[in-house]
Amino acid sequence: MTAPDRDTALSYLQQMLRIRRFEEKCAELYSGGQIRGFLHLYIGEEAVACGVMPELRAEDAIFATYREHGHALARGIPAGAIMAEMFGRQEGCSRGRGGSMHLFDVSRRFYGGNAIVGGALPLAAGFALAHRMRGEARVTACFFGEGAMAEGEFHESANLAALWRLPVLFVCENNFYAMGTALERSESDTDLCAKAASYRMATARADGMDVLAVAEAARAAVRHVRDGLGPFFLELQTYRFRAHSMFDPELYRERAEVERWKQRCPIAGFTARMQAAGLLDAADAAALETEVAGEIAAAVAFAESGTLEPVEQLARDVYARQVAP
Amino acid sequence: MSQAPALRTTYRDALRMGLREALLADPRVFLMGEDVGRYGGTYAVSKGLLAEFGEARIRDAPLSESGFTGAGIGAALNGMRPIVEIMTVNFSLLALDQILNNAATLRHMSGGQLSVPVVIRMTTGGGRQLAAQHSHSLEGWYAHIPGLRVVAPATLEDARGMLPAALRDPDPVLIFEHALLLGVEGELAVEAAPVDLDRAAVRRPGSQVSVITYGGSLPKAMAAAAVLEAQGVSAEVIDLRSLRPLDDATVMASVRKTRRAVVVDEGWRSGSLSAEIMARIVEQAFYDLDAPPARVCSAEVPVPYAKHLEEAALPQVEGIVAAVRALVS
Repeated sequence: MTAPDRDTALSYLQQMLRIRRFEEKCAELYSGGQIRGFLHLYIGEEAVACGVMPELRAEDAIFATYREHGHALARGIPAGAIMAEMFGRQEGCSRGRGGSMHLFDVSRRFYGGNAIVGGALPLAAGFALAHRMRGEARVTACFFGEGAMAEGEFHESANLAALWRLPVLFVCENNFYAMGTALERSESDTDLCAKAASYRMATARADGMDVLAVAEAARAAVRHVRDGLGPFFLELQTYRFRAHSMFDPELYRERAEVERWKQRCPIAGFTARMQAAGLLDAADAAALETEVAGEIAAAVAFAESGTLEPVEQLARDVYARQVAP
Repeated sequence: MSQAPALRTTYRDALRMGLREALLADPRVFLMGEDVGRYGGTYAVSKGLLAEFGEARIRDAPLSESGFTGAGIGAALNGMRPIVEIMTVNFSLLALDQILNNAATLRHMSGGQLSVPVVIRMTTGGGRQLAAQHSHSLEGWYAHIPGLRVVAPATLEDARGMLPAALRDPDPVLIFEHALLLGVEGELAVEAAPVDLDRAAVRRPGSQVSVITYGGSLPKAMAAAAVLEAQGVSAEVIDLRSLRPLDDATVMASVRKTRRAVVVDEGWRSGSLSAEIMARIVEQAFYDLDAPPARVCSAEVPVPYAKHLEEAALPQVEGIVAAVRALVS
C-alpha cells in the first residue's frame, strides 16, 4: 500500500473526525431530547465511508442505509443541513420529512437514507440501468450492511446487476451484527464474497478499519465498474462501537469483544500511523480537532435557529401534481 | 355530426397500441417485466414489440418482482420513463416493499427533491378459474396509499389512452387491467384523443339509481343496466376510472340526481374500496339519499377454482340487478 501525501492524510483524518465528533454530539442531543426517532450511529465504521467516497465523482450516485450520517457528511452535505434535519427543521436536507434515517441531497446525487434493509438495492440497480441505457460511464454506489445479504432483495439485485452488466458498486459494510444477530447466526456461509461471486460478479474484501485499505480497494472497484466490466461487490469488515440504536441494551455481544475492536479504532490507528510516518504531528491533530469542533458548533447553531414548517404545508410533496385524495 | 374513423379491435390490442405509441413518442420509455419480450407477454399484450423496439427497450426480467419493480423505480429516479409489467396483482405483493416504501414515499421523504415517474401495469381480477393465487382484486389496497395514483381502464379508449397519460404524469401510476377485459371487442377511434387520469365517466345516463363501478365490473354493470331498463328501471352507470384519487364530484353529482347508489367492486367487502366510496356518499350526500347505499362485492373467500363456486364468489349481473331492485322498489 502506498503512503498518502500529507494533504491526503489530513483529508482522511479530517473526514473521519468530522463524523466521529458529529455523532458524539448527536448522541448528546438525543439524550437532551433535541433529536428524536431512531438514531443509528456510525462510530467505529468511519473508515468505510471516508475511504470509498473520495473515489467517486460528482456525477456518480450514492444510495445508503439508515446509518448514513457518515456517508452524507463524507459526500459533502453540509453538517448544518444534516443536523437541522435531525431537529425536524425545514432547513434540513430533507425539509424535516425524513430525519436521521432519510437524508437526501439530489444536488450531490445522494439518494438517501433507506430504512428498509435491502430496500435501496433494487433502486441502485435501476439507477445504474438508466446510466447503462444512455451509455454514460457513471457509477452507482450502494452501501448496505451484511444483514441485507439475507434479504431476497440483495439476491434479486445482484442477479439483475450481473445479468445485465449494470454499473453498480455494491459496498457491503460487514459489521458482523444485523442489529443483534451475529453473522454466523444469520448466514449459512459467512464468506460474503463467495455469495456475491456466485452471481458471477467481481468481488474483493478489505479491512474496513483502515481507511487506506478501503480507499485502495474502492479505487480498483470503481475503475472496474466505470470501465463497463459490470457490477463489483466490495466487502469491508468493520465494527460498530456503539449500540445499534439509542434503544439497544447490547445483550448480544461481549464487552470484551467491543473493547478488542476499539483497539483498532480507525481514527486513532490512522493518526498513529501517519505520525509514525512523519506525515502528521500532534499539532496537526489538535488543529483538526479545533476546526471540527467549530464546524459542529456551527451546525448545532444552524439547526437550533432553524424554523418549523407550517402545519398548513403538511400535505405538500406527496404528489408532484397535487390532487385531493 | 360526422362519425370519426374507427377500427374494430380488442382491449388487448388497444393496450398494445398504447404501448407502441408511448415507445415511439419518447426514447426514455421502456417496458420491463416477466416474459414481455420473447414470449410476447403473458397475455400477448406486448406481442411483436420486441422485434420492433429491441431487447434494451422490451426487457425480459428474471422472476424477481421486487428486484425489477425496484429497478423501474430507480430508473425513473434517473431520468427514464419505465413501464414495469407485473404478471398479476397477486405477484405484485412480492414487490409491495418497493411500491409502498419507495415509489410512494420518496418524494415526501426527500422533502420534494425526488420524482418517481414510473408506471406499473398489472392484470387483476377473477373469472378464469385460476383459483386463489391468480384471481384477486387488490387494487383497493393500493388505492389506500398516499403517493400513488391508481387507475383501472375499463374501455378500449382507456386501454389505449391511460398508459400514455400515466407516462406524462410525474408521479408513480399503477394501472390495473382486468384479465376478463382482454378479449373484449369494440370500436376505437383511429385518431386517439388524449385521456385524462383524474375524472370518472358516466358510461350510461339514468335517473333512478347510480351504479358506481370500475374495471372488469363495468361490463357487468352495463349489462345489469340493460336488464333493468327492460324492467322499467333507469340506472346511471359511473366508471370511476381513477381509484386514487377518487372523483367525488362526478359520483356525488350522479347520486344527488338519482338519490340512490349501488357500488359494484370485485374486491372483498370488508375494508374495501366500496366501503370508502359508500362512506364518502354518506359523508357528502346523506340528505340527498332516498335509501341507504348498497354494494355488490366478492364473497369473503379466497377465489375458488370450481366454475360454479367462482361465479358465486364474484359480482354477477343478477346480483347487481337484485341490489338495484331492492333499492328502487
